[in-house]
Amino acid sequence: MIEIKDLHKSYQMGSNTLHVLKGINFNVKAGELVAIMGSSGSGKSTLLNILGMLDVADTGSYVLDGVPIENMNETKAAQYRNKFLGFVFQSFNLINYKTAQENVALPLYYQRVSRKVRNEKALEYLDQVGLKPWATHLPSELSGGQKQRVAIARAMAAEPKVLLADEPTGALDSKTSYEVMDLIQQINDKGNTILVVTHEPDIAEMCKRVVILKDGVIVEDKKVNQKRASAYV
Amino acid sequence: MFNRDLWKEIFDTILKNKLRTFLSGFTVALGILIFVVLFGFGNGLKNTFNEFFNDDATNTFFLFPGRTSKPYKGYKSERRIEFDNSDLADIEKNFDPFLLYVTPRISRGALVKYNNESNNYSIRGVAPAHQFAEQTIIMFGRYINQEDIRSRAKHAVIGRMVEKDLFKGASALGAYIDVGGLAYKVVGVFQDEGGDNEERLIYTPYTTTQLIEKNTDKVDQIIVGFKPEIGYAGAMAFEKSLGTFIREKKYISPSDPNGIFIRNVADQLKQNQQFATVLQIIVSFFSIGTLIAGIIGISNIMVFVVKERTKELGIRKALGATPRQVINTILFESIFITTLSGFIGMVVGISILTALGETLEDYFIKNPYVDTGVAIGATIVLIIFGGIAGYIPAKKAADIKPIIALRDE
Repeated sequence: MIEIKDLHKSYQMGSNTLHVLKGINFNVKAGELVAIMGSSGSGKSTLLNILGMLDVADTGSYVLDGVPIENMNETKAAQYRNKFLGFVFQSFNLINYKTAQENVALPLYYQRVSRKVRNEKALEYLDQVGLKPWATHLPSELSGGQKQRVAIARAMAAEPKVLLADEPTGALDSKTSYEVMDLIQQINDKGNTILVVTHEPDIAEMCKRVVILKDGVIVEDKKVNQKRASAYV
Repeated sequence: MFNRDLWKEIFDTILKNKLRTFLSGFTVALGILIFVVLFGFGNGLKNTFNEFFNDDATNTFFLFPGRTSKPYKGYKSERRIEFDNSDLADIEKNFDPFLLYVTPRISRGALVKYNNESNNYSIRGVAPAHQFAEQTIIMFGRYINQEDIRSRAKHAVIGRMVEKDLFKGASALGAYIDVGGLAYKVVGVFQDEGGDNEERLIYTPYTTTQLIEKNTDKVDQIIVGFKPEIGYAGAMAFEKSLGTFIREKKYISPSDPNGIFIRNVADQLKQNQQFATVLQIIVSFFSIGTLIAGIIGISNIMVFVVKERTKELGIRKALGATPRQVINTILFESIFITTLSGFIGMVVGISILTALGETLEDYFIKNPYVDTGVAIGATIVLIIFGGIAGYIPAKKAADIKPIIALRDE
């Protein structure tokens, strides 16, 4: 599903250059649930942003579902993001003046799905994350866990090939974190490919594979015995 | 552009961000409103101005006799010049190609009585052509005619205010009024755009006045109307040769400034029109200034709106919005708000002008109005600039990488 070869990325910080990714080689097969771990500054978020086409690499190749991602202009990147990728952010990033249902329907709007169909679908996905009764509520009326579940529903609504989650539990307490992870595991069980960036070991243990980044290189890449989050809820 | 879903999305955004919508809409509406009202006041000022100066015919000269200040051809200075009937005939004979009409004017004051009402009025002995010089409008009856002149009839054409004063609302037509001890028959009632004072006049045949004054042939003033086709330059040339002709006939030195006086209405008119043009320029300057202030206002708000929405736009891009869709979202919203509120401002402005109507006449603003074309033009200008003002920051926002927009907390 994802093939990355010798990926480099550096940022200009005033006069000095910060070399964040120093040659990443990394493959993900369909249906995997991968945790990307590392201390802050290890380059894990940068990697996820490049995977998500929110940012571009300096050198190296990136193939997503057989499509080489290179020489993207913004329009093309937007279309690819819409078609291939779903995002879940630490700070939820819901649009605050839209209801839960409208937020979930938004990626479908950009897929030019008709209003009726996308509202039905949005409600369906809200139901899957257990928030159907909250469909008409604004994000400000939802708890942190609920917001993240709306964000996951929104990411899934576009039926992406890969779900990218950047510290999805970073702003949540542990109980809510496990609920969110339970949801992510359920989505993975249906065959979806998911990448989770986290720095919490217990969250990483709930994935099927853990990749550890340090100073811009992968230092460890191992399969783990998945712990089911439902056991903790 | 006419995608129903896109507009639905835009309406949603507009309705759910009421303060933002109100702010940008208010700026535009206020800009257009002030523009319309100011422009209307400017036009009102111009109307007052035109009314002040343009109630008389503009293609006329007024000839006044004076007193010579230089000796000439054996005549000493300090000699009084008088016009008489032969001057009228001579002007008519010598200047026929330029001439529209010639009329004398003999002004006298007299006590006028009817039944128990009496008042002092100015009596003007005139020829029929005088009607054109003063642009007198006959309401009832007729003006002085050639037959009155020939028969030296005691006929009078009285002003609307004279009729109001003496007849108390009854019709004066056919009644006999006592003018300085003599009975005159009222043959007409007139009105004049020049105001009440111009309507407190009585016109009689000048020959009748001359007959009463011991059958003299003297006249006070001569009013000459020329053909408008001769233009401004022609009028100036005509004035010059007319002056030369009269001076020669009356033995006045060509270099004597005081023997006769010619008041050229065309010349005055030109000056007045220049003044009106200056007035127009000042009003336009203020109006355009208001419009520019409006444009700056809407530009500021658009920059602020885009700044405020940077994160939202980042989210939209992460969810698959293309840069073009991002720009359209902002641009159409901005155009929609400016169009609607511009229209509201325009309608309110025009309504205010209509409602004010004549109430500001005391402040020299008469009948303020604004051409609908001008108002719509101004609204369109504001819409275009609102669009540009929205487009530039929207383009910038659309070009920001979503990751940067998302980091913007």
